[in-house]
Amino acid sequence: MSAWKRSAQSVVLLGAFVALSVFVGCDPGNKGVSPGPVQLQGAGATFPNPLYQKWLSEYGKLHADVKIDYQSIGSGGGIKQIKDQTIDFGASDTPMKDEDLKSAPSELLHIPTVLGAVVITYNLEGVAQALRFSPDVVADIFLGKIKKWNDPRIAADNAGAKLPAADITVVHRSDGSGTSGVFTDYLSKVSPEWKEKVGAGPSPSWPVGIGGKGNEGVTGQVKQTPNTIGYVELVYAVQNKLPVAQIKNASGAFVEPSIDSVIAAAAASAANTPDDLRVSITNAQGAQVYPISSYTYILVYKDQKDAAKGKAVVDFLWWGIHDGENFAKDLHYAALPADIVKRTEAKLNSITAGGIALRK
Amino acid sequence: MLSPTGNTGDTIFRGLMLLVALFVVAIVIAMVIALASDSMLSIRQFGFGFLTSSQWNPVKGEYGALPFIYGTVVSSLIALLISVPFSLGIAVFLVEQAPHYIARPVGFLVELLAAIPSVVYGLWGIFVLAPFLRVHVEPPLARWLGWLPFFQGSITGIGLLTGGIILAIMVTPIISAVVRDVLAAVPGSQREAALALGATKWEMIRVVLVNGAPGIAGAVILGLGRALGETMAVTMVIGNRPQISASLFDPSYTIASAIANEFTEATQDLYLSALVELGLILFLVTFIVNGIARILVWNVTRKTGGVSRAA
Amino acid sequence: MVHLGKADRRRRLTSAVMTSLTAGCTLLAVGLLLVILSYIAWQGIGSLSFTFLVDSPRPVGEGGGIGNAILGSLVLLGLSSAVGLPLGISVGIYLSEIGKGRFVGVVRFIVDTLTGIPSIVTGVFIYAILVLPMKHFSAFAGGIALALIMVPIVARTTEEMLKLVPHSLREGALALGAPQWRVTLGVILPAAASGIATGAMLAIARVSGETAPLLFTAFGSRFFSYYMDRPIASLTVQIYNYAISPYDEWHAQAWAATLVLMTLILGINIIVRFLTRKRF
Repeated sequence: MSAWKRSAQSVVLLGAFVALSVFVGCDPGNKGVSPGPVQLQGAGATFPNPLYQKWLSEYGKLHADVKIDYQSIGSGGGIKQIKDQTIDFGASDTPMKDEDLKSAPSELLHIPTVLGAVVITYNLEGVAQALRFSPDVVADIFLGKIKKWNDPRIAADNAGAKLPAADITVVHRSDGSGTSGVFTDYLSKVSPEWKEKVGAGPSPSWPVGIGGKGNEGVTGQVKQTPNTIGYVELVYAVQNKLPVAQIKNASGAFVEPSIDSVIAAAAASAANTPDDLRVSITNAQGAQVYPISSYTYILVYKDQKDAAKGKAVVDFLWWGIHDGENFAKDLHYAALPADIVKRTEAKLNSITAGGIALRK
Repeated sequence: MLSPTGNTGDTIFRGLMLLVALFVVAIVIAMVIALASDSMLSIRQFGFGFLTSSQWNPVKGEYGALPFIYGTVVSSLIALLISVPFSLGIAVFLVEQAPHYIARPVGFLVELLAAIPSVVYGLWGIFVLAPFLRVHVEPPLARWLGWLPFFQGSITGIGLLTGGIILAIMVTPIISAVVRDVLAAVPGSQREAALALGATKWEMIRVVLVNGAPGIAGAVILGLGRALGETMAVTMVIGNRPQISASLFDPSYTIASAIANEFTEATQDLYLSALVELGLILFLVTFIVNGIARILVWNVTRKTGGVSRAA
Repeated sequence: MVHLGKADRRRRLTSAVMTSLTAGCTLLAVGLLLVILSYIAWQGIGSLSFTFLVDSPRPVGEGGGIGNAILGSLVLLGLSSAVGLPLGISVGIYLSEIGKGRFVGVVRFIVDTLTGIPSIVTGVFIYAILVLPMKHFSAFAGGIALALIMVPIVARTTEEMLKLVPHSLREGALALGAPQWRVTLGVILPAAASGIATGAMLAIARVSGETAPLLFTAFGSRFFSYYMDRPIASLTVQIYNYAISPYDEWHAQAWAATLVLMTLILGINIIVRFLTRKRF
């Protein structure tokens, strides 16, 4: 066969292949008469990811006609993508700021889902008991003012502990994160010097220390390197069997981070939780309160563009704040207190599509 | 190299190739324009000072690129300093010395290093490489070479040196694989000529290396590109501290790591803009470094009188 | 017995030292690979099983697998290769055979710069031009982002390998009256085939290990999917998700998935090498 014929044949085959892949490659569920399962995408905070994956799996067992995906790319990514409207719901550990909310195309609602705790963890050989820290000590360690483990201020709270004369190596987050946001929010409340020098936010300029990437990076660092101190979400410390410090709360008691002490923090702050449910619950008053606790939120538009998708999101979130909370404890997340659930229900009821409420 | 008959097939072919090349160039230009336009806010705010400032404070809104430029350039430099001789050694061994039945599987194995995801490199770095360096490598370096400013400071295993070493490991398979092919393409006549003149094996290898110098330069540039742009692995072991410090034991920060770490969390416009400007600067750094590399190669090939490839 | 002068002895010694050094380098490289591989295997081999290879991910404590991620990675690799390889090889042909004058230098320079772009920047760029307008993530966007990363690697290696083909081959073919396109496609390209295959393999290995660009384009998914216009899972994103989690079980799955990924690449490598082996 001549070269021309062969080339022509190849071109035709190639064209057919391309056409076929475009035809096969496009999801028929998108167009056409029968709608197929509703597909939703959510993205954002990494902290609640394990719980959300559990929710998606359990919810999927009950509702086979809804397929939901969640990708943890960070709170900021979740906020950006929900504003871009490339996802159906976003997730963020820290609530959005006012300017951020204003720049969204339409009103975004904050739906709290669970609570978590940021814990102080450390690597100190020979120290068996859980260390105790006062808030000003924590702030000064992370400011670099307290440099050695056997500093008298640390010893004052920890009678009997054999603190070595070693340098403290601070480990912080190198990537922007809601965890850092919560921790610095707490530090700004308890230390005026921190508030002035560093401030609160997901990517503060840390005065001292080395940066680990993600909760797992900090965990890995603290685990590997002696004489380190760092902050991570509770579940990471528990899963990696790292020691967890007790922190003195606003009422003067040293409290261990646990599901109960976190719920106590939420309950104590319920009174000053504003209507839109954006609240910081760090350093709350109360004897059982763990001072470095926080909500994590899901972000949805109040007015949904697509009624089918909107209903699916609302139904899923409704299930989440009720049945979903049952799965929280096993994965070391704290469930929402009852009155917050009530207020969240009201928010979910207010979501509409084309003016019609999606939950009847 | 014109075809003698002015064939239409040729015109189409040449036109098609040119079109594709222009398309790729257009994409790169589009990327640069996109980067430039998104960094306008930051450029207007900080101007030239962005390049010289060492302040990186998102909370206060102060941004400066100098520590990142330093970290990027130095970590890539360390990576190349370690990797290039190493890769050349591997390539030379596999092409000139190893018998065929060893060269092929070993070659495969070295290329396999390139298939490890960067996330995995990063994790291996935190759990294996960093502790290893902290315990077995950095203390001796500090003891014997501690009078140099490069090897002072506290030893944590996380820092510029670890970042450079991980990059070196990631870049080696690329450089060695390409250099292998370059050396394999050097005509046998060159080797035979050298040997016939009484050269030792090593001297013959030198002739081959000089022969393949332009190709080797291309390989190094590919490796350099990888080193400059590598994100995940480096960010896990370099410490991510925007500071300029002479010591290689100290933590540092590269442009790619900064973008990867902070991009998804940057919600303020100025913050995003500053990060995008960092990306633009990386483009510039790549440009400049490539330019320097090209000039060096041009000098080398000029001195050696060019290479005849007539077989 | 040849009398060896001092200079000769020194030259031979240098040669012996250098050749052992090169052997040492290779040994070190292979050793390093084995160290890393054994670490990955040690961490992950416990999680490998048939279910692991075909199941989709499940929440912590319920096992699960990477079947959908394997499918997704294959789809993404296929798409990115289908776009990136021809583009890259064409640019390489242009740089080596067709381009003339200063413009070639400019193009080469620009392609070199493309190699240094962090993959996350490519991902964000594709997010801006493909995902935002479409208002959703897609495998297509992911494939294009990966292709963009592949192009400069393939282009530069193709160019270098084509340049190394002896002129006599070109001149011989042209002298026989073949037009340039036939000479390039039919004679020079096959002659440089194994070198170009190296470039292709390096590019494929590189993009198969990329996570950041996919997070912004293909997104990731828990479900089996091969559709171009929907998000799609991939081994690297799944590895990333598991690696950054707090759970040992997921960490082990991440390592096991890495083993699977490397086996996949090794397999592709062997196939490509076989297809481009020298037949003469």
